[in-house]
Amino acid sequence: MTTATARVSRQGSSTAKPSRNARARERAVAWARRAPLLPALVFLIIVTQLPFVVTLIISFMNWNSLSPDKTGFAGFENYIQVVTDPYMLQAILTTIVETVSVVLVSLGLGLGLALLLDKKFIGRGLARTLLIAPFLIVPVAAALIWKHAILNPVYGLINGSLTWIWSLFGSDAPPQPDLLSSAPLMAIIVSLVWQWTPFMMLILLAGLQSRPMDTVEAAQMDGATPWAIFRHLTLPHLRQYLELGGLLGAIYIVQNFDATFVITSGGLGTANLPYAIYETFYYANEYGLASAAGVVVVIGTIFVATFALRTVFSLFKKEAAR
Amino acid sequence: MSTLTPAGPRSSVPTPSTSTTGSRRRGKSRMDPTRNNTAAGIAAWLLALLFAVPVLWMILTSFHSEIDAATNPPSIAADLNLDAYKEFFGATSGVSPWPSLINSATASIFSTILVLLLAIPAAYALSIRPVKKWTDVLFFFLSTKMMPVVAAVLPLYLFAKTAGALDNIWFLVLMYTSMNLPIAVWMMRSFLAEVPVEMLEAAQIDGATLLLTLRKVIAPVAMPGIAATALICFIFSWNELLLARVLTGVVAGTAPVFLTGFVSGQGLFIAKVCAAAVVISLPVLFAGFAAQDKLVQGLSLGAVK
Repeated sequence: MTTATARVSRQGSSTAKPSRNARARERAVAWARRAPLLPALVFLIIVTQLPFVVTLIISFMNWNSLSPDKTGFAGFENYIQVVTDPYMLQAILTTIVETVSVVLVSLGLGLGLALLLDKKFIGRGLARTLLIAPFLIVPVAAALIWKHAILNPVYGLINGSLTWIWSLFGSDAPPQPDLLSSAPLMAIIVSLVWQWTPFMMLILLAGLQSRPMDTVEAAQMDGATPWAIFRHLTLPHLRQYLELGGLLGAIYIVQNFDATFVITSGGLGTANLPYAIYETFYYANEYGLASAAGVVVVIGTIFVATFALRTVFSLFKKEAAR
Repeated sequence: MSTLTPAGPRSSVPTPSTSTTGSRRRGKSRMDPTRNNTAAGIAAWLLALLFAVPVLWMILTSFHSEIDAATNPPSIAADLNLDAYKEFFGATSGVSPWPSLINSATASIFSTILVLLLAIPAAYALSIRPVKKWTDVLFFFLSTKMMPVVAAVLPLYLFAKTAGALDNIWFLVLMYTSMNLPIAVWMMRSFLAEVPVEMLEAAQIDGATLLLTLRKVIAPVAMPGIAATALICFIFSWNELLLARVLTGVVAGTAPVFLTGFVSGQGLFIAKVCAAAVVISLPVLFAGFAAQDKLVQGLSLGAVK
């Protein structure tokens, strides 16, 4: 994924014997075309590809900065530890559960909201603006708000509201769930779903609004029910937008660090791979192990990213064909 | 196409029924602009408010006293004051958030400028005067974005440590530039691709210089896109925590880092946390709403218009 496609195009290999002068000029033109591209390309290769190569090397090393005398080649030891160590295994599982549930739930909610916002109603623009707001809260701040002002078992908004609603019915024993300690992963998932639903909604809404209306009109003329129109026209059209939203969302959510760091500090089995890697190298100084885990994340991401790239590419080709 | 995708549509099957019941009777709901969809409108408004509640609650609580912020049931109608903001800006602790806010601004603004300087020429070479195999190059850019930061952060940390660049805001500027560059190239390319070919050809026939073409033909069409790209890059840099947490410390710590170390104190702090969250989110909210029209196109890397 990271090394493949950067082939630099080669110029004029099949031209029939041009003079040396012409060939030189041709090459100069090609380089003039390439020149604006090179700074960005070189910068990116140095800052992202090189470090990953180093990670790859360290992942085969025995390297703990606290005991530098034991530094050396470790073979696949670190990788074996990643897939056998309970903490790392838990982190892999947590990452999968977290990513899949956040993506699916926020896609579902985003689709519902997009379908509603696709209709005309009073104050639609304002409703849309309100719905985007969660995405525009700094993730660290959002996590802090969810932890302290919303989910806090004693004076959070949820339990406070439950007390108030129950008191309306004359009850002084309202349920007071404590998500933060009884289901901490759920707490993280809820806050992430809240932040990512607007993202999904925006992409799906754009998809809905790009729907060719003439076929829908024709179907309505022929007496198709709204459900049939949704099932056979809207959903197939939305499919690639659902894929795009889900895959881009997955790529971002796999990397979630902020919510875990703030809400649980990785406790109670909520550490996902990014957090576990951070802990392994930042606090435990196990550089080799952390790097191996990093490589595992990359391999996992490649699976998702391949599909993502393909989806982006198909949308891309469609746009280019227009 | 993939093993992941069927779950998407399936999970969403129950949702449409709520929206379609409003227009059961062959209503031309979408085509008739005068018709209001009352049921859909009410549902949308309820959900919008539900999603906005945490934000509204954050803002309201930030104007409450700590005592009123920590009641059960919540004191919605409590008196408003600015104490929490004064506390956040160090009224009693003496610890000012300003250095971290300035660090965040430095990292976000300068990395955004660098990103634009690198991405605009690159996007030009990928759309207006494309190099050969330009799609390959484009997808190479995208593939670097898909590598998780966490897989590169240790070498970066080790490099910064040896090079003496640890806790230096300019190193963070470079990191954020690389983080946002692929997205910016994609976004910029999609915006530059909107420049009509006929206009470029006409300019060429009229013998316009490159500079003149850039100024008179390309800039007017691409300017809103460039602005949106800048705003989105700004948001991503401003939000970033992992790199800042690892690569900065006391001197160059950014606002998100400041925020994570902020709650360790004892006693009541909910109003103060809310005030802090409001202050640090304000730039993102402004930038986001300013870029609202192009937000989708940017976030979907130009794949969705």
